[in-house]
Amino acid sequence: MHPFNYVAPKTVEEAVNVLEKHGDKARPLAGGTDLLVQARGNKWDLEAVVDVKKIPEAMKLEASDDGLIIGSGVPCYQIYENEEVKKHYAGIVDGAFIIGGIQIQSRAAIGGNLCNAAPSGDAICPLIVYGATANIAGPNGERKIAVEDFCIGPGKTVIKNGELLVSISVPKPAKRSGAAYERFIPRNEMDIAVAAVAVSVVIDNTGENFESVNIALASVGPTPIVARKASDYLAGKPINDASISEAASIAKDEASPISDMRGTIEHRKHLIEVITNRMIKESVKRARG
Amino acid sequence: MVELFENKANYKVIGTRPVRHDGVDKVTGRAVYGADVKVPGLIWGEVLRSTEVHAKIKSIDTSAAEKFPGVIAVMTHDDLATPGRDTTRNGLNDVDREFFNIMAKDKVMYKGHVIAAVAAIDRNTAQEAVRKIKVEYEKLQPVTNVDDAVAKNAPILLDDLIGDHLGEDVKNTNIATHFRHEFGNVEEGFESADLIVDKEVTLQMVHQGYIEPHNATAIWNEDNKVTVWSSTQGSFGVRDQTAKFIGLPPSSVRVNYSEIGGGFGGKTKVYLSPIAAILSKKSNGRPVKIVMDRPSVFQATGPAPGGKVRVKMGVTNEGKITAAHATIRYEAGAYPGSAVNAGAICIFACYEMPASRIDGYDIVVNKPKSAAYRAPGSPQAAFAIETVIDEICDQKGWDKIQFRLDNAAKKGTRRGDGVLLEKIGFEESLQAAQKSEHWNSDIGKSKEGKLRGRGLACGYWMNGGGLSTCDLMLTDDGTVMMNEGSADIGGTRASIAMQAAEVLGLSAEDIKPTIPDTDSIGYTGMTGGSRTTFATGYAAYLAAQSMVDQLKSRVAILWELNEDDIDFNEGFFTSNDQELKISIKELSGKLESTGGPVSSTASVNMAAGGNGYAVHICDLEIDPETGKTDVVRYTAIQDVGKAIHPSYAEGQIQGGVVQGIGWALNEEYYLHPDGSMANHSFLDYRMPTCLDMPMIETIMVEVPNPNHPYGVRGVGEVTLAPPIAAASNAVKDATNKRILEQPIKPSRILKAIRD
Repeated sequence: MHPFNYVAPKTVEEAVNVLEKHGDKARPLAGGTDLLVQARGNKWDLEAVVDVKKIPEAMKLEASDDGLIIGSGVPCYQIYENEEVKKHYAGIVDGAFIIGGIQIQSRAAIGGNLCNAAPSGDAICPLIVYGATANIAGPNGERKIAVEDFCIGPGKTVIKNGELLVSISVPKPAKRSGAAYERFIPRNEMDIAVAAVAVSVVIDNTGENFESVNIALASVGPTPIVARKASDYLAGKPINDASISEAASIAKDEASPISDMRGTIEHRKHLIEVITNRMIKESVKRARG
Repeated sequence: MVELFENKANYKVIGTRPVRHDGVDKVTGRAVYGADVKVPGLIWGEVLRSTEVHAKIKSIDTSAAEKFPGVIAVMTHDDLATPGRDTTRNGLNDVDREFFNIMAKDKVMYKGHVIAAVAAIDRNTAQEAVRKIKVEYEKLQPVTNVDDAVAKNAPILLDDLIGDHLGEDVKNTNIATHFRHEFGNVEEGFESADLIVDKEVTLQMVHQGYIEPHNATAIWNEDNKVTVWSSTQGSFGVRDQTAKFIGLPPSSVRVNYSEIGGGFGGKTKVYLSPIAAILSKKSNGRPVKIVMDRPSVFQATGPAPGGKVRVKMGVTNEGKITAAHATIRYEAGAYPGSAVNAGAICIFACYEMPASRIDGYDIVVNKPKSAAYRAPGSPQAAFAIETVIDEICDQKGWDKIQFRLDNAAKKGTRRGDGVLLEKIGFEESLQAAQKSEHWNSDIGKSKEGKLRGRGLACGYWMNGGGLSTCDLMLTDDGTVMMNEGSADIGGTRASIAMQAAEVLGLSAEDIKPTIPDTDSIGYTGMTGGSRTTFATGYAAYLAAQSMVDQLKSRVAILWELNEDDIDFNEGFFTSNDQELKISIKELSGKLESTGGPVSSTASVNMAAGGNGYAVHICDLEIDPETGKTDVVRYTAIQDVGKAIHPSYAEGQIQGGVVQGIGWALNEEYYLHPDGSMANHSFLDYRMPTCLDMPMIETIMVEVPNPNHPYGVRGVGEVTLAPPIAAASNAVKDATNKRILEQPIKPSRILKAIRD
């Protein structure tokens, strides 16, 4: 690792200026739990790291009637310890709670997890099923992009040189909705998802039918995958084992995993079916309160 | 040779649980580990590692690194001393081959093989500079498993290797050794059997996974004296190996002891010390420090061998073993010398049989040179034999403990390699398992939809003896300073000091153990083979006896009596016929007037250790939908001979089980298609965390070792032998499927369930 500059700007504008100046030789720093490991591994030819933790907008965590705003530098523990978040965004808590151990959770940020764009990123699929939006600042001003469109390959995102993820906006969930996220790992903690599924459901006022469903899959493709067919299939269907099993089976076919040290194609596809089934049921349970 | 000891029942210190002498330093962070070493003028070394798995080195261009600002020295293999070339009939001997393992000369044998090194003003500079070295490779086809290595037309990895195949010299081979142990008539044994079970298990390399990476700091003085600090299981081994590789006599190298953050057999080899020493020499004597990163530890330091083990066993309908044949093929890694010899000793050592044949193969592959790992060679062997025993019992419907008891090794049983066993505690351990609450308990209700299974497996480790030294010095406040040569990797300061304390009638706290540098204590072998509490403990026992004898002569002066008229008991000297009594504490203040300070020393060469046996019971729960496995209850029963410090003996047993569960369920060297290791981080090399383990219950059986005054057998290793088989047998019990490939990971379990 060769020497590089550490910059801690106090405004978004200042951060964007530094990022623009150094181009691909600058990286934003949130918790650093991915960045520092990768820097030591010489992943980048770094000139500067730009710490976002002095920027107020990047450290904001605010739940209101309009929804939830998560600053890009907010560490996981603040998310799962926040009463409003726990109450209304249980699926996001599921993800934040299993990223690393307590030490890591005290540093690692949801925004960092998103920008790291690992196919296994535990924060990403929950954001997708909640319909979250990324708020990006850059030399040409601000832009918004749906989280489901944010990752474009392993480690690759839509963020361009000079741009910064400032925060993530999550719309307030509908009434009678619930969401959940679970990953499969061979151990009980401190591991990377072999396969994972986030589900959010809205059920109708009879409590017997799905109104709408979002399903997103992790670790089974180059980016998180929105299981659109499975989600669409369930909309309007009665809540029962047959419909849930069918949706899980459709989701399995929407996964396109590889075989590697963490799992085989066969095992991963099978896991997607099993976890989708379990997460739909868990989401329904939460929606019914 | 050691005489046979009668065992005593009442001890004052042995069997108690004092706080370890190094405990405060370790829990407060004051203990100095190898990587903590700082000396004035320190500079940093870094090595360049091969990016190829198997390749010829066509050229090494170090010029850019030499010119890099901040670089002080650069070295390649040619800077090491010339190997002795005292070739044995088996080509270069294994130690000489280490010259090429430490730093490659003409070819690289595995990814991560060291090629060159630099020393620079700081660590980052050294890391940047080493990347400037250009290596031109000619890629060769890699060979990464035993089947490929012995296939027709397999690439020959070591041109100069002359294989020893049952005594014949064989060239152009990757089989460094094929040996055989045989007794009885094996063919007749199989013919007389009513049932023959024949199974082969496959294992991947696994790493010890110690927390502290390898490290070394060295100073090459102007007078050609070298000082080394290194995290090691044996300072004298570091001294001797370093001296050889840098071309100095051992007496010119002094190795300082530092605390060790785990070794488990992996810190018995030298990787960095010779490089740090040569870099220091080339830096005009600046101290040079090198610390490995985790990927290097995984990719380039000795794991336990993978390979294949096949066991064929015959039994009669009456439940007696008639014959068995084992074929053990281990991956040596890049150079010969796997633990196949030890595997062959262990594989049938739990059972008595009229006929036995064991074929062992040591096979060279393009992986890091394997090293010792806690009962090296035994866990892989136990996986095979204990699977076959379990299968025999399943097919015949026999009780799994009773069958083992009916065939158990005992005093006089011939081990597979021909040795007749002395007094051992295997039957007693099986009986303890049979009576245990765990074995007699219901397996318990599993969570909804989960499968539960119980497995039992046994294991053996011979335990080592060897060379040890201990010095004692009586202080005038009645305490005893102790120097002993064994690296403390598992509480052995305490277990050695307690043996001296028992002799002297003092408390454990009255003995102050120190592990000095190699110039300051007699030769002591490495801490390994479960030998330390046994052998160094025996040296402490003898040194303490010698101190008692000397003190008797001082008492004789004080009391104006003959030495023969003085008795010593539990810390007090008494006279035979007078009402005289003096404690060691009181006497310690009267040394000056009776002849001066009192010190004693003892060195030993212990012929044999104590034959350790273990019986493990494993309950696990499987999610049949995902293949995820959780160990829900585990009991380890072990004959420890005598637990000097029961807590530390239990800790050893528990630690080995945890490593064994990791080995069984998830750990492996997972290779990329090019043969390099993919999962070289703790993230993806899936060792168990505390969340993956139940409390490991222990039952210590004490059948004293007749070759040690307190009955010590050694406890640290046999505990790793049974877990793979115990877990595998539990999976069979839960799913009715036998998985013969380690690790028994979720994808394999799921596939077995669904097939």
